[in-house]
Parts: sequence; structure tokens; C-alpha cells
Amino acid sequence: MRFPTLPSPHLAPSNSVSRIMLQVLVALVPGVMALVWQFGPGVLVQIPIALISALTAEAMVLLLRKRPVLPVLLDGSAALTAVLLAVSLPPLVPWWMTAFGVSFAIIIGKQLYGGLGFNPFNPAMLGYAVLLISFPLQMTAWLPPLALAHATVSFSDCVALIFQQVTHASFDGLAQATPLDTLKTQLGLQTHLDEIQSAQVFGGLSGKGWQWVNWWLLAGGLWMIRRGLIDWRIPLSLLGSLYLLAMFFFLYKPALYPTPLFHWFSGATMLGAFFIATDPVSASTTPRGRLVYGALIGVLVYVIRSWGGYPDGVAFAVLLLNVAAPTIDCYTRPRVYGHKA
Amino acid sequence: MFKLWPFNGGVHLPTHRQESSTAPLSIAPLPQKLIYPLARRNGRNAKSLVVPGERVLKGQVIIPADGTMNPPVHAASSGWVSGIEQRLLPHPSGFSGSCVVIDGDGMDEAVAFQGVSNYAAMESDDLRGKIHAAGIVGLGGAGFPTAIKINPPRQFNVEILVLNGAECEPYISCDDSLLRHYAHEVLGGALIFMHILRVARCLLAVEEDMPEAIAALELAKAEAGYGHIEIVAIPAIYPTGGEKQLIKVLTGREVPADGIPAQVGVVCHNVATAAAVHKAITAGEPLISRIVTVTGQGVRKPQNLLTRIGTPISELVEQCGGYTDSAQRLIMGGPMMGFALASDDVPISKSTNCILVAGQAEVVGEKTPMPCIRCGACATVCPVNLLPQQLYWYSRASNLERVMDYRLPDCIECGCCDVVCPSHIPLVQYFRAAKSKMAEKEKERLKADHARMRYEARVARKAQEQLEKAESARRKKELLATALSTSKS
Repeated sequence: MRFPTLPSPHLAPSNSVSRIMLQVLVALVPGVMALVWQFGPGVLVQIPIALISALTAEAMVLLLRKRPVLPVLLDGSAALTAVLLAVSLPPLVPWWMTAFGVSFAIIIGKQLYGGLGFNPFNPAMLGYAVLLISFPLQMTAWLPPLALAHATVSFSDCVALIFQQVTHASFDGLAQATPLDTLKTQLGLQTHLDEIQSAQVFGGLSGKGWQWVNWWLLAGGLWMIRRGLIDWRIPLSLLGSLYLLAMFFFLYKPALYPTPLFHWFSGATMLGAFFIATDPVSASTTPRGRLVYGALIGVLVYVIRSWGGYPDGVAFAVLLLNVAAPTIDCYTRPRVYGHKA
Repeated sequence: MFKLWPFNGGVHLPTHRQESSTAPLSIAPLPQKLIYPLARRNGRNAKSLVVPGERVLKGQVIIPADGTMNPPVHAASSGWVSGIEQRLLPHPSGFSGSCVVIDGDGMDEAVAFQGVSNYAAMESDDLRGKIHAAGIVGLGGAGFPTAIKINPPRQFNVEILVLNGAECEPYISCDDSLLRHYAHEVLGGALIFMHILRVARCLLAVEEDMPEAIAALELAKAEAGYGHIEIVAIPAIYPTGGEKQLIKVLTGREVPADGIPAQVGVVCHNVATAAAVHKAITAGEPLISRIVTVTGQGVRKPQNLLTRIGTPISELVEQCGGYTDSAQRLIMGGPMMGFALASDDVPISKSTNCILVAGQAEVVGEKTPMPCIRCGACATVCPVNLLPQQLYWYSRASNLERVMDYRLPDCIECGCCDVVCPSHIPLVQYFRAAKSKMAEKEKERLKADHARMRYEARVARKAQEQLEKAESARRKKELLATALSTSKS
């Protein structure tokens, strides 16, 4: 009898890229549900817009590059980028902004570099940063959380608001600054922290609504660690450095600097720690490098939030460390068995 | 509790041991044909001691020893030499080579074996000589000559003998079977090793999911009082059974890169090697048989077989009820590091521990790789703590300098990175290719060095000749001048 001779190992691989991407999407479900619960169903309109834009943009580039389209679309990475960007956006931004941000992320942020695996930056955060710089007003106008909303916004309301050109006036009536935003503005006006935090948007550990979204994203993140989808090092070091730095300044001047837990449960902290900074393609890959990478993102998030020009700093912090990741990898190589350090 | 140390990475793989280990150990019938490749470890061919038409006896040397690196090969049964033929070798290269082929006569007539009754009174060197003459090499897979391994350089202070009973690769259960049936022989072999090496401590490592083997060893230990042999259950993580990984797990010591275990005070042998040594010393029987696992969905009755070395695989498969319809790939060794054979007309060698006839569902076909997403799963599982992902980039780019810098030569090709890669990149293949490129480059460098040396020698020689010529011309001139001046005067 004759047999084919293929090289070892003969055992079939146990995982696949699309399986990983799909599981990360599953891990996002609790966070998305918390967003819907607290900020209305707007995000459920944004996700399909983002998905369609991402897949269309990717398919177009692949056709231009004369590459097979379907296998790449099915790897799930474009879908994940789309959903990550969609959940980062204020729920009622106009559809074309979402479409533009996602297309930018996929075309400029990913495909122009060579597609999956070759992009130096996290595509979703690149899209977010472009939108934030281009449309600062819309990007900081969030809906009031459940506890403060005077009227609930229905799904059809959301569709109408997102697709019809909403006037600034009507949009302003609905929108409200986020806790981080309020904090930044008011501290700039020399308001005392206690006074600021007595405002309506604050409550619980951070802001009303916001803490729940962060709790559920944290839950999804811990599930990913348990499943081995992400390494624990980046989230731990990111949250750890953010906590320590916030604790230091909080103890130094409690009147000016909010508590570490406020930082943990505000804005995009948990999304950034578990879903953004852990993007394998753009992150550091060595064990020690991941600790350094995460810790530096935590530091930058705190610095940008406290002294920078933007209320939140996750996107910029991640993008800056993306640039540093290859260098970090180079200096944090593990000691090989049988070799001295 | 025995203190165990972790090594980096490794993977939990389904063991698939039950398929072959639940069936009783059977003794393969006398082979109709025996095949012995003449190829040595260094790639050169040995000279056969027998000629076609000659009758050979079981235990008769048919391929002579050549230094300590190449112990002799003995006929595993009696029969007639039918020829010296070109045949497919049991080797990953897939090359053919000259082999001595013996037609078994079914008599199993043996030369007289002479055992030693009291080896403890013998010198280590004499015992090593006997082990070498018995043709014993490591039975765990690498086939390194045992007599060399038990003769560590004097400057190293060896204090621990490690016996490796960890069957790290899935499907293989030959050591499990050996320990269950021949625990006394294994422990007896351990004592001989300890005597030769003059060590007082022996650790016998068995994977924790081999309870019957552990029980058999404990029983044998209790019966015969091998008090100083410790039986240690180790976690069943692939590749704990790798020599360097096992030493780390048991002692926390790391064998230096490019070094040998003796440098950290350890000598490591497979349990089957210990049993073979016991047989060779106490009964005088050379290494002519071993236990081989024949398993996989591709054979009807998977089992362990006590097999004569040299038996063609086809005869073993027949003994196991033949192939099933799903037989897809024929692998010598396990599914992680074993190599696929093109044909079953290949003999069992001394280091063949397993014949895996894999079914369609058990092996991967041609992989369609996706781009690397830099997830680092490969680095997490690498038992040597390499960064396979970086090695992959540099291997692809043929950047041999960086490949060297990232320590590719330390890669043991265990395949862990390959099976966890979500992008299905055939990493080990890239690494093998890069390694052979490095070897190629090294060869070229040596050749260039050689050529340069020759050139320089030639230039020097020419210069010397020139000098000598000038010198002799000058002398001639002088002579002439003196001759002229004398004639003038």
C-alpha cells in the first residue's frame, strides 16, 4: 500500500482565526446589552451600519488587490473592527460618520498596510481617532443614561435620528456630555471636584449608566481570559498602572483628582483594557512586553484624561503604544531554555 | 510529595492511549522477512558481515560496530540472507539505501548467549563494552548509542539517573505496556546504570495518567526492594517526555544549550533502554526486539506488539488485523514528531516506538495558511521559550542572521506552535527549511574558508618559489663573478 508523505506535525490545528474573532464578538454581547439598556437601542442601529461598511470596504479593496474576497471576509476580523468601533461611538451619530470611520479603519488602517496581520495600528481606534478629530462635537455628544433620560428613545426613533439629517438643535436637546467630559470642562473652570461630582451625570462608582457598561465589558473580558482568547497581562497591567497612578494623585489632591475606581469604570477603560489593547496584531507579543505595553497604555490614559486635551484617552494611548510595540518586543525577549539571561 | 518544576508552555493533547493499551501485549509471530539498513548515523554505509546465501542465527552480528557511535546490529531471528538490496529506509528523508535482507526460516535458532551473574563485581568499562556489543541504542526515539551516554566526561559530577517513562506523544503506549509487563527488568536495568555511573539516586518518571504502570512499578519495587529508585508521577503535558523538559520538571535544572545533561549532573535514559540493558547484561541477549505500538483508526486491532527489530511494518499491520478503509497516513512515531512513510515495506528500527496508521479524521491534510495575527499562542506553548512568530517572519525573509539571533537552533521541532496556530501556518516546516539553509550556508562558509586557505597557501608558495629562484640566480651570478675574477687573475 502507498501512503502520502506530509511533514509532521500531523495533528490537526485546534483553533482558527475566525473562531477567535467570533468568540471575541460573543464576549462583547454583555457590554452591548448594557449599552442598549443604559443608552437606548442606538448602538443596535450603528452595528449593522458599521458591519455593512466594513465588509463593503474590505471587499472593494480585495477586488482591487485581486485577492480572494470571501475567505478574508469570513475571517471575522473586519466584522470585529466594525463592532468595536460601533460600540465606541455615541449611539446617535449620523450614519455617514459611522460608515466613514469604519471604512477609514478598514481601508487606510488595515488593507493599505497589507490586510490582516500587517496593520501597525488598531484599525478601530484609528477610525475612532479620525472621527474624534474631524467631528469633535458629534463625537462627544452622548445620550443621557437611563436614570436621567426624560423620555425613552425607541428603536425607530434611533433609526430616524441616525438616518435623517438631524438639526443641531434637536440633537442637542437629546445629547448630554459624558461624566469624563463634564469633569474635564468643569475642572477647567476651577470647579471643586465634590461640586462637579454632585452633578446628575455622576453616580455609583463613576457615572450613571457608564459604570454598568464597564462592568459588563469587564465580565466579557474576564470570560475571554478564562477561555484563553486573550492574555491576562495586558488588561492587568493596564488597569494596574491606571489604578496606581490615579490612587497616587487622588491621595495627593483629592479635591482635583477622582478616585481610581472612577477611572476604571468611566469611559472606554474596560473596552480598552480587554478588547482594544489586546488586539493581537497591533499589540506587544512577548510576555514581559505585554506587561510593559499594558502599563504604558494605562499611564497614557491617565495622563490624557487628567492633563490632555480630550476627556478620554484610550484611543490615543493605544495608538501611541501600537507604534512602540515592535520596540518593546525587541527588548523583552524571553530567556530561551538552556541560555543565560 | 515530590517537588516538580514547570517548564514553559507545552500543550494538553488527547492521549489516544487507550486504543492500544487496553489490548493485551502480544508477541509478534516470527517474521518472514528481516530488513537491516546498512546506513550509519553519519550517513555512510557499513559493510555487511554476511553475504547472500549465508545462513544466520538469531543474535549473530550482521553489521559490525564502527567506533562507539555505531554499535553492531544483530539478526533478530534465524534465516538465510536473501540479498543486499536498495530499499526504502525508516527515515524522514524518504531515501532508499542498501539493506541486508534475511528470509526467516521459522526456526529461531540462536547463537549461545552468555549472561553475567554478578555485574556488581565488574568494572564500568567492561559493562559499557558489553552494552555496546549488545547493539544498544536509546529506544525512546533518538537512537543515540547508550554506551556513550553512560560514559559522561569525567569533569561532570553526575548524581542523578533519570529514567524516562513519560510517553508524551499521543497514541503511543509502548512504554506504558513495557512498564506494566516488565517492571522488574526496567528497575533491574536502572540498577545496572546506577552501578556503571556510580550514582546513588534514580528518578523514574511516569505520566500521571498511567496508573497501571505506576502500580506495577511500585509492586516490583516492594517485591525486590529497589529502595533508592523513586517513582515520580509527572503531569501529562506534551512534550514533558522530551529529555530537556523532563530534566527541568524533575530537577529544576536546565541543560545548557549545546550542552549535555551530564553538565547539570543528570544522565537520562528511556525505560525501554534500561530493560534492554538488563537483558543484555544478565542474559547476554543483544538488542533484537522491542515493544512497538501499532495504532490509529487505520488498523483493525490496535495493540502493543513485542516485535523483532527488522520486521517489515506490513507484517505487523497484518498481525493487527490489517488496514481499515479509513487508513490515510502511515506514520513512524507519534502524530507530533513522527514521520510519514510512503510504503509499509519498511522495517522497524531500534528506535521505532510506534506505527500510527492514521485515519482521515486523525490527521491534517495540506493546510491553507492565513496571515499571522501575532496572537503569540505559539510563544505561549513553546517548551524552549522561543518566539516562533518572530522566527517565522525571519525564516520567511531568509534573514538567517536574525533567525540565529532568535535562537532557531534551539527549536526541538516538537510541533506545539504548529498545532495551536489559529492561522494554520506550518511553522515547523518554515523552521526546518531555515535550519537547512543555515546548514547550507555553514557548509559554504567552510568551503570558502578552505578555498581561501588554499589560495593563500598557493600565493605563499609562489612567493617562496620566486624568492628561491632569485636567491639561486643571485648565487649563480656570484659564482660566475668569482669564477670570472679568478680566471682573470
